[in-house]
Formats: sequence, C-alpha cells, structure tokens
Amino acid sequence: MAQTRTEKIVIDSLKARGKKERNFRLFGVSAIALAVIFLAILLVSIVSKGAPGFFQYYAIFEVELTRERLDPRGDMSDQSLFEGQAKKIINEAVLEFTGAKNRSEKKAARSLLSNGSDVRLVEFVKNNTDKLDTMQKIKFALDDDADSYFRGFIKKETPEKQRRLSDIEISYLDKMKKEGLISYEVSDYLFFGSASRNAEMAGIKGAFIGSMFTLAICFIISFPIGVATAVYLEEFAPKNKFTELIEININNLAAVPSVVFGILGLAIFINLFGMPRSIPLVGGMVLALMTLPTIIISSRAAIRAVPPSIRDGALGIGASPMQATFHHVVPLAIPGMLTGTIIGMAQALGETAPLLMIGMVAFIVDIPGSVTDPGTVLPVQIFMWADFAERMFIQKTSAAIIILLLFLMIMNGGAVWLRRKLERRW
Amino acid sequence: MLLTTYIIIIITGCSLFFIGRNKIVSISKAEDKRPHSLYIYYGFFPAILGIAPSLVLLSLWIGFDDVIFNQMLKNRFPNNLIIDGNQTVLILIAKIQNIASGIIVGKPEQWVISLAEKLIVWRGYSNIMIAISSILLSVTLGYFSLTKIKIEFRARIAVEKLMMIGLVVCSLIAIITTIGIVFSVIFESLRFFRLIPPLEFLTGLTWNPEFEGAARAGSDQAGLSSYGSIPLFVGTFLISIIALSVSVPVGLLSAIYLSEYASKKVRGIFKPMLEVLAGVPTVVYGFFAALTIAPFFRQTGSLIGLDVASESALAAGFVMGIMIIPFVSSLSDDVISAVPQSLRDAALGLGSTKSESIKKVVLPAALPGIVASIILAVSRAVGETMIVVMAAGLAANLSINPLDAVTTVTAQIVTILVGDQEFESAKTLSAFALALTLIVITLILNFFALQIVKKYKEQYE
Repeated sequence: MAQTRTEKIVIDSLKARGKKERNFRLFGVSAIALAVIFLAILLVSIVSKGAPGFFQYYAIFEVELTRERLDPRGDMSDQSLFEGQAKKIINEAVLEFTGAKNRSEKKAARSLLSNGSDVRLVEFVKNNTDKLDTMQKIKFALDDDADSYFRGFIKKETPEKQRRLSDIEISYLDKMKKEGLISYEVSDYLFFGSASRNAEMAGIKGAFIGSMFTLAICFIISFPIGVATAVYLEEFAPKNKFTELIEININNLAAVPSVVFGILGLAIFINLFGMPRSIPLVGGMVLALMTLPTIIISSRAAIRAVPPSIRDGALGIGASPMQATFHHVVPLAIPGMLTGTIIGMAQALGETAPLLMIGMVAFIVDIPGSVTDPGTVLPVQIFMWADFAERMFIQKTSAAIIILLLFLMIMNGGAVWLRRKLERRW
Repeated sequence: MLLTTYIIIIITGCSLFFIGRNKIVSISKAEDKRPHSLYIYYGFFPAILGIAPSLVLLSLWIGFDDVIFNQMLKNRFPNNLIIDGNQTVLILIAKIQNIASGIIVGKPEQWVISLAEKLIVWRGYSNIMIAISSILLSVTLGYFSLTKIKIEFRARIAVEKLMMIGLVVCSLIAIITTIGIVFSVIFESLRFFRLIPPLEFLTGLTWNPEFEGAARAGSDQAGLSSYGSIPLFVGTFLISIIALSVSVPVGLLSAIYLSEYASKKVRGIFKPMLEVLAGVPTVVYGFFAALTIAPFFRQTGSLIGLDVASESALAAGFVMGIMIIPFVSSLSDDVISAVPQSLRDAALGLGSTKSESIKKVVLPAALPGIVASIILAVSRAVGETMIVVMAAGLAANLSINPLDAVTTVTAQIVTILVGDQEFESAKTLSAFALALTLIVITLILNFFALQIVKKYKEQYE
C-alpha cells in the first residue's frame, strides 16, 4: 500500500528527530564525562606529583659522638650544644668517606648533606645521652640537589655547566650509593619540620598547628553566633523591616568575595584595633565572619526541618517559647546545624586569600604555641611553597596539598555521615 | 593577668549560680511555698548577669586599648618631629610598641625610649584597672541580682529576656560585619580619591602603582605611577568570559542530563562527584593551573605556532571554569527539577521526543533560574582570587587576547596588600578603591540573581 504524503514526511523526520535525540543525550553524557575527567586529571596530577614528596633520600654516616666536642660546657644545655662542633663532626665524617683533598673537592663534599644536619645530630645527642663517646650510625637528609639527582631530575648526561651539581659531587653521590649509605624513606621533615628555605628540611607542622588554632578560633566564634542568629530569625523574629535588613545582610555576606573579608580584617582588626599581624586569633576572626552566613543558612534550614508538631506539643503542655525552642527544637536540629558548620569549617580550612591580607604569609620558623603567636596556615604554606623554584618544593607542595585534601575529605565525609546517621526524617 | 581575670569572672559566675539556687531553695523551704520558676532559673539569673557584661567589657577593652594608647602616644610626640614619607606616625608607633615588647632594633632616639617606658607603665595600669573593674562589675551585678531573688521573683521571665537580648545581639553581628566592610572600604577609598580623581581611576588605561616609592625618593620617574583601572577590569572580564565558556556548557548540559535522563543511581554517583570540584581549595586550583595547565597550553601553543604567555589568561580562566562547573550545575539542576512534571507530560503527550520536550518546554520554563545561576557563577568568577594570583600573573596589560598575560582586580588587591604597607600611600589606598568596585559589582550581580529567582518562584506556586 502506498504511503500518504503525510506519512512519508513523518517517517522521514522521525529518523532525523531520533538522531537529534541521541546527539542531545550524547552531549549530556560527554559534559559529565568532561567534568569527571577534569576532576580525575586534577587529582592524578596532584597525587602523582605529591606521592614522592612524602619520601626523601637520606645518607647514613657513622660519626663519633665525642663528648668534649659536642658539649663543650658539659651541662647538655641548648647553649652548650649550640656552641659544640656538631657541624664539624659531620663534615669530618663526610670528608673521610669521600676522600676529598683540595678545597673545591672539600666544598663539594660538604654541600651534599642538608644544612640542618647538625641540628639533627644535636637532637640525637640530646635524646641519647648514654650514646656519647661512641660511634653511631645516624641518618642525615641529603641536600635537595643531591635528592633531585637520585630522583633522576638532575642527569649525569647534562653538561656540567647546565646542572646544579658538579661532576665531583655526582661522583661522591655515586660512591655513597655504591657503598649502600643512601636510603629512600618516609620524610620525617615533612611532618615534623617547619617552614624552611631549604627544600629538604621544609615541613608542614607549623602550618598545620596554625591551621588548627585558626579553625578553633573560627569555630568558637562562628558556631554560637551563627546558631543564635538562626534561632532568633527562625523562632522569634517578628516579620518587620529590621529582621528583613538582617536577612539581606546575611545574603550579601554570603556573596562577598573572600578577599574582601581580608581587607576588613586588615582595616578593622589590625589597623583600628592595633592587633598584631600574622596571628591565628585575627585569622580565625576573619574566617569566622566569612563562615557565618554558611552556618546561619544551614542552621535555619535545620530548624525549619523540625516539624511544628514538636514545638506545638511542648507549648501545649506549658513550656515557654524559649523552653520549647531550647529544650525541644534546637536539640533536634543540632545534627543539621553541625553538618552545616563542618562544611563551613572545611571552607575556612581551605581559604587562603583573606589570610594573605592579614599577614599570615610571613616566613615564620617557630611553631605557634598559642593563638597569639605568629603563624601561618596550610593553604598559605602551600601558596608560599608554590612560589619557590626548587624542584623538591613542587613535590613537598603537592604532598602538603594531599594532606590538606585528606583533611577536607574527612571533614566533608564526616558531615555526610552525620547527615545520614543522625538527621531524622519526619 | 588578663587570663586570670577571665578565669576569676567565670568562677564568680559559677559560684553565683549555686548561691542563687541555694538561696531560693532555702527561701522556699522557710516560707513553705513554691517559687514562680524552676529553681535552676534562680541560679542562671545571677550567673548570666555576673558573667556576660564583664566579659563584654573585658573583651572590648582588649580590643580598644591600643587605639587609645596610640592616640596618647601621638599626643606626646616631640613638637619638632618631622613626619614625612619614611617616618610616618604609624611606623613610629610600631617602633615604640616593639621597644615596649622588648624588641630593639638599632639605636632608637631618647624620646622614643622614654615613650616606650611610658607605654609599659600605661599597659600595666590599664591591665590592673580593667581586671579590677571587670571583677567588680561581675561581683556587684551578681550581688544586685542575688538581692532580687524572692519567692515571687519571676526568674524564668528575666532569664528568658536576657537570652533574647543575647540572640538579638548575635544576629546583629551580620549587620555589624557588613557595616564594617562597607565603612572600612569606603573610608579608605575616599582617601584614595582625594589623591587620585575618580575619573582617572575609572577611565585610565594604564595601571602602574609601582613608582610610588620612586617618586618619594626623588627619582626622575616621579609622577609616573598611574591608577587607571581599565586594564584590571578588562583582565577580570576576559578571565571570567573564558571561565564561563568552560563552565556554562559543561555545567548546564550535565545538569540537564542528571535531572532529566540519568537514573537515580547514576545521579547519586555523579552529582556528589561534581560537587567535589567545588570543595577543592582555590589554592590547589591555582597550583594546578600554574604547574600543569599553563605549561600544557604553552607547549600545545608552540606546537601549532602560537605564542602563549607562561601566565596566560587562558590557563587561569580554564581552571577557574572547572572550579565553577558545580556552581552552575547544582543550581541549574534544582531549577530544572522544579519545573512541574505536567509540562513535560504535555509535551511528550503531543508526540515530542524527550530532547524536544527539554529544549522547547523545560528549558524555556527554567530559563530565569538558569540565568540566575549563571549570574552567580559570574560573581564567583569575578571575586576569585588565588587562581589568578598564582596563574594569571601581575602584568597589567590592556589586552583581550586570551593567550596574553593579564591581571585582575582581586590579584592586584592581594599583591598590593600582602606584606607590610604604609597606610598613607596612594598605592595601598588604591587596593581599597578596587575592593569597593569589586563589592559593588558582586552585590549588583547577586541582587539581580536573587530577583530573578524570586520572580521565577512565583510562577508555579
């Protein structure tokens, strides 16, 4: 039977429409695939760069811990150990091993170990007083250039002028390797070291503790204020111009770029109130103002999710509005509030820009002991390390990023877990 | 000293709680009557009054004492002192404070040392004074509130009133912060505009604040520093456009797929995955852009014969686009899901394919919300800082070529304000003027987005 004209048009167009449908679907799938690929590239590039950053090369040397030379005053005080000849003892061991003779050879031999080796020796002596006056095998970190040689970033084939290690230095390093002095181990400097210009000694301990202090201040300020604001706005506030103004302000604060909070901190806390720069206290206050909107908005949602019957029940048996709120509604809303707070804290932990403004970029070697000691935080440390040219800093930066991301994952995972386990569905 | 004061006040408060509670218990036993409120409220009432006001007083004092001391120091500066660029009031005060804290650099003048000694004495007095007065305040208020405790005293009402005051004060913080931001920025911006005419700032084509110091040092290049912000805004605009051209198609299409096509399981996997992109700290994106994406673009560019700057707008914009994907996708997703099913059913019932119903019915219905989500993404892109600081560079080129290095408003704010700065110079103040424009832009964008969302909401309810 012959097709009518209409049927023909429809059947022809159906093919084209079906193709369009498939194409559209394909677009959607490829968009998601693209986004996931971006995420994968980001994570893979960070992890592949950062994984070696958790390790570094050490050289084991046998040194003689002569008491008179290490501890000239004989009282084991820091001052006495500082005056001692730890550096000289290490250098002697290295020179003896390498057999360096003339000046340039000696210089080359001395440059192979990290600048912090004498500190390591002194630490060892302090913790092992009984080992004094014996020969001890001690692990010293290699200098970052030597480290890069073993990682293969500095190659023997490159002409001597174009690499950071001389032929002599490389021959010494090869000799160490041959004699089995070199070991590749988990970097203790990364976890227990502080800020340092020497890549092999740089670590995140100071920044990590600074981050914890800053987050603690941020939490102490923003959680009570945020919850109180949310409770007021949801439960007690009359609908008038004033409460509307508060709501508009909260929405605006959520939209303000984070740098601006840094400017607020700089102009108000530091310039007007005369607070010191670089301290976690000011950093925490700035971040608290920044996370307030997040906490307020999620707390309000949590309070709104509590069914009115709970409130009405409490009021019905004679509780005052305040009692109904604080004895019944708030406890039920707490898991939701905590979820929002953890997410806000995770944002604060990753925030960099406002902290740059209040001076937390200062180069601080000492590990902060309180919220008023100058310090830095993990993201800012990452930012600072990213600027250094040494190859090893790239690995250490990526390693620090991995640690930061792990913490963020734990926090966000905790928030999700809280939501699943504790939040009640009504 | 101050810490002990804090502890003393807390201890006073705790003991007030027990004294108040015991008092009402004994009163009610003696009179054999039940008090108006539960016993516990008679404890809370004196405790709150004993702790809260003195803690506020103490904290305010700690915040403001340096302001007062600085003014007092300023009044005692020698009359013949020359205040010029190198020796500003702020630097002198910082010097005195350092000496008072025991940090002595070089050989300070005699009057500086004597002022530092005075400062130490003032600080000692002020600490003692504040300790005594806050403890006194705590004890008096506590005593006063204890005298009020009687059988007919409505302790619960009083406590609830105090709590209400606390709640209102907390919700005022949001307003105070906004006022703080606006005032600090406007105040300093006005000072900047007194030095540089606003017209020059808004329409000038060169941004070069670096000659500030040279001008003061009497160099030949004096007066060469210029504060035309157009290159910064063009740079911001360029990077935002690049970011949006990555994030809008990807974000929107994934939102459509996830809300219209994907099964519940697929949605449950990929939606959180997209949101991970929003949770990665910006400093990580910056590092990624500078170390992975920028060299990649540079190499690809040189392969096809293009000269790509090592800090190109393209790399920064591209990475920023990745970061913004979830902002576009999750809001669009919400809006698309909110389109009533009846509209879809009607379109399908007329014989349209799924993609036709989406393109011709669902998307037009959701358009206002999608536009709002894009506007919010723009405001996010304009305010983003770390990626541009680390990957887009600081060269204020007036260029719309994505392969060039450009700079943005936020990147300039950071470079100007990081490290020690003098508050008097036009260079420092210019950062505040930039921040002011940034705030205005983002607030306008946010306002429009919210208006659009509001209007759209009314359509189906």
